[in-house]
Amino acid sequence: MVNSTIILREQHHLQIKTVLDKLRMDATARIAFLVDKAGQPLAVNGDIGDLDTTSLASLAAGNVAATDGMAKLIGEREFPTLSHEGEHESLYICVIGRALLVVVFDERSSLGLVKLRVKQASRDLATVLDTIAREMLENKDAETAFFDEITDDDIDSLFN
Amino acid sequence: MTFINYASREINCKIVYYGPGLCGKTTNLQHVYDSTATGAKGKLISLATETDRTLFFDFLPLELGSVRGFKTRFHLYTVPGQVFYDASRKLILKGVDGVVFVADSQEERMDANIESLYNLEENLKDHGYDLLKLPYVLQLNKRDLPTALPVADLIGELNRKDEPVHEAIAAKGTGVFDTLKSVAKQVLTELRKS
Repeated sequence: MVNSTIILREQHHLQIKTVLDKLRMDATARIAFLVDKAGQPLAVNGDIGDLDTTSLASLAAGNVAATDGMAKLIGEREFPTLSHEGEHESLYICVIGRALLVVVFDERSSLGLVKLRVKQASRDLATVLDTIAREMLENKDAETAFFDEITDDDIDSLFN
Repeated sequence: MTFINYASREINCKIVYYGPGLCGKTTNLQHVYDSTATGAKGKLISLATETDRTLFFDFLPLELGSVRGFKTRFHLYTVPGQVFYDASRKLILKGVDGVVFVADSQEERMDANIESLYNLEENLKDHGYDLLKLPYVLQLNKRDLPTALPVADLIGELNRKDEPVHEAIAAKGTGVFDTLKSVAKQVLTELRKS
C-alpha cells in the first residue's frame, strides 16, 4: 500500500500519552489527542466523558484536509494550525507531519496559552513520531510478522 | 493506511464508498448503521446539504470483531457524488485501504457511472494509488428498478480487474453486507500479504 501502515507499540503510545498529559496540564486544556491525517485517533488524554473521539478525529482530519485544499488553491503549502473558538468550548489543531494534535479547551484556558504550550509539545511529539517511523522502517518484517499468522479462517470468522 | 495499535490491540482500516450522485452510497452506510448492534458501531456522521445531499462525507466507525486478539475496526466513508465536489472526493481518498464502487444500474446513469469510475482512478493516481492493486469491490445497486441494465452489460462496462461484483438494493438492505464483507476481507488479506 502506498501510505505505509502505522504501527504503534506500547512504549511509543505511552510516550505520546505522557506528552499529551503534560500539554493538557500546562495548557489547562480539557482534552489533548493525536490523530493521523486520515482520521484515525492515535492517542487520547484528558476528560473524555461521553465525547465521541472517533468522530471528532475523523472530522478534524476532514477539516485539515479541506483547509489544506484551500491553502493550495491560494498558493500556500498548508495551514499548519487551525483554531475554532466557541462560546464555552474551543478547539486548536496543529499539523505535525502526518499527524494532527487536537486540543479541546474551555474558559479556564485561552488560545494564546494553548498555542504556546502546543509549540513545545509539537516538538516532543515530532520526535516520537520520527522514532516510530524509523523503527518501522528498520523492523518492517518483525513488525508485521503477526499478520503472517492470520489465516483465511480467522478472517472468515469475523463475518460469521 | 492501516493503523495497528499494539497498546490497545486494534487494527483500524479505512474503506471509501465511491460512485456517481444518487447511486446509494449514503444509503449503504445508513443500512449498515441501522442493522448493526449498538456496541459495534459509532455515530453516523453526515456532512450534508440542506437537501440531504452529501456535501463532504458520511462517516461510520464499525467494529467487526477480533482476529488473533486484535479488534478490527473499519472506518466507512462516502464521498459526495455530484461532479462539482471533486476536490472533496479527492481528499477523502487519503489513506484509503479499500474502495467500494457503487454503480447505479439504471440505463440513464451509465454515463455517470463511467465518468465516476474514471474520476476514481484519476483521484487514486493523485494519491499514488493504483486501482488495480487496491482492495476493490463493484456493487451494482438499484437492481429492482425497471430501467436497470442487465448485470452482464454493467460488468462489461465497469469491471476493471475481475473484482468481486455484488448486486444490491441498498434501500432494502439487499447486498449491502455482502459488499462490506467482500471489501473488508480483501483489506485484511492485503494486510497479511503486505
